[in-house]
Amino acid sequence: MAKSIDVSDLDIFYGDFLAVEGVTIPIAARSVTAFIGPSGCGKSTFLRSLNRMHEVIPGARVDGKVLIDGEDLYGSDMDPVNVRRMIGMVFQRPNPFPTMSIYDNVLAGQKLNSKRMKKAESDEIVERSLRSAGLWAEVKDRLNRPGSGLSGGQQQRLCIARAISVQPEVLLMDEPCSALDPISTSIIEDLIHELKTEYTIVIVTHNMQQAARVSDETAFFNLSGVGKPGKLVEVGRTEKIFSNPEDPATEAYIQGRFG
Amino acid sequence: MTSTIEPTRPPRRRDVLDDLESRKLPTSAARIVVGIALAVVVLGVVGGLGPAKSVVLGWLVTFALPLWSRVVEGSRKATDRLVTLLVCSAFGLALIPLASIVWTVVSKGAPILGSQFFTYSMRNVVGEGGGIYHALVGTLLITGAATVISVPIGLFTSIYLVEYGEGKRMASAIRFLVDVMTGIPSIVAGLFAYALFVLFFGEGVRMGIGGSVALSVLMIPVVVRACEEMLKLVPNELREAAFALGVPKWRTISKVVVPTALAGIVTGITLAIARVIGETAPLLIVAGYTDSVNFNLFDGRMATLPVFAYSSIRNPGVPPEFALDRAWGAALVLLLIVMLLNLIARLVSYLFSPKGEK
Repeated sequence: MAKSIDVSDLDIFYGDFLAVEGVTIPIAARSVTAFIGPSGCGKSTFLRSLNRMHEVIPGARVDGKVLIDGEDLYGSDMDPVNVRRMIGMVFQRPNPFPTMSIYDNVLAGQKLNSKRMKKAESDEIVERSLRSAGLWAEVKDRLNRPGSGLSGGQQQRLCIARAISVQPEVLLMDEPCSALDPISTSIIEDLIHELKTEYTIVIVTHNMQQAARVSDETAFFNLSGVGKPGKLVEVGRTEKIFSNPEDPATEAYIQGRFG
Repeated sequence: MTSTIEPTRPPRRRDVLDDLESRKLPTSAARIVVGIALAVVVLGVVGGLGPAKSVVLGWLVTFALPLWSRVVEGSRKATDRLVTLLVCSAFGLALIPLASIVWTVVSKGAPILGSQFFTYSMRNVVGEGGGIYHALVGTLLITGAATVISVPIGLFTSIYLVEYGEGKRMASAIRFLVDVMTGIPSIVAGLFAYALFVLFFGEGVRMGIGGSVALSVLMIPVVVRACEEMLKLVPNELREAAFALGVPKWRTISKVVVPTALAGIVTGITLAIARVIGETAPLLIVAGYTDSVNFNLFDGRMATLPVFAYSSIRNPGVPPEFALDRAWGAALVLLLIVMLLNLIARLVSYLFSPKGEK
């Protein structure tokens, strides 16, 4: 489990519009990498290109190489469906399936793919996933209740449980705490710390303290002007980026002088 | 000098307070005025003014409420009351034809309803007796077959439009054609079905399934539109959530998108059925009319409730009153079926709506 990702010279397009230009970044296995940067600089777009969710949008495409443990993610024989089974994703807003119970939501990855499982096996997956997501104690007595009845923070942890129940190699998180209160946020941050022993985690965040708290590596994205493509400015150990960044723009952003 | 800081409070301004505590009509004002208006109506009817004139007079009396409000409460509240009054009046006006239809149909159709009416056909019946069994069977079979034809076509078309056709020429062309189809007069649909069946079976063909095809032509655009709107309402986040779990698109559609929208889809389909079940003209052309029960959609004429009512009125026979009674009875049964369908639609949308939103 847990694979490393190697991106080299990746351009991301929406139709003819170049949204992100020339990203080269190594992402180590079993580490947390945070993407920070001002709004609209292409962090989320880049994140979505890592599990080929980007191409769900009509006209979107990429140019360049994304290697996961040496395998080309955009190779002609790669099925995007298999890529997404390998690289899970948690979204900005919690999005449990409203037609499903908490139990079924956790098993959604299996159920929607009509995977047959014994009851004991599925019970075990549900409990393990909910425990890893730190939600088990709160919902174990109401697994058959609808997932949409939970609070926002619980729903987001349910979505994390859903993402890890299929045991992906990599977990992408697109501002997972932006809709949550500080307490739910800290629960999820603790969760990220625990999950990184098993998964490679990439997280987009607007909250610099959060990036400093949870990540091992930090990548700073920026765009040079309106209508220009976003770029990776610099990437490095989180302590270094936050204490002694190489690029003046990074320093300015981290110190809150713009963005 | 003590250093306690007095909380500074803006001086009380008498005029501001006056504005906030403006004078109001008593809460029962509306009831009082409506009561007086009703009294005027009753007095008018008793006094020989005739019901229509009395009601208009009573309606005019209710305008006392905004006038009263204008004097006491000022123009903003008066306008509010005036618009409320106009909206309620429009609602009442719209209710008149509905109440009138229901009253007429129920009062004229109810007496004949009975076990004989539902279990007898019109075979060899002259004058009194007989029933609508054959027409009921025909209506249910023909409409059922029309539903079986329309729902898959309509649902799949809407799935294409929403899930696959976004921004494509093909999709906008289909959407335009569906809109055009919505406006097809039912008689044209009937002629189309007839012409189609003549191609295969020759002149003078009469078949229940022909009626179903004609009804499908009317039903498909309604189903497409209803399903399309419902599928569009499914948040994109759910699709993305499923994709991100490595679920292929077709499974995402069949297991996430459609189930989430199911309540609305079923309601839309039921309303589409209610829309076509009362069609007369196309059925008159292709399905024809018969006095006997016919269970076979693919063989021969088939009676339906609207056509039964039509032909009973058109050729009542001698004496005519029995046929007229049966026609009203058939109309009432049709009305009941439509109402039942609406109730079923509500029940289904309640049962299928996403959990946690009930």
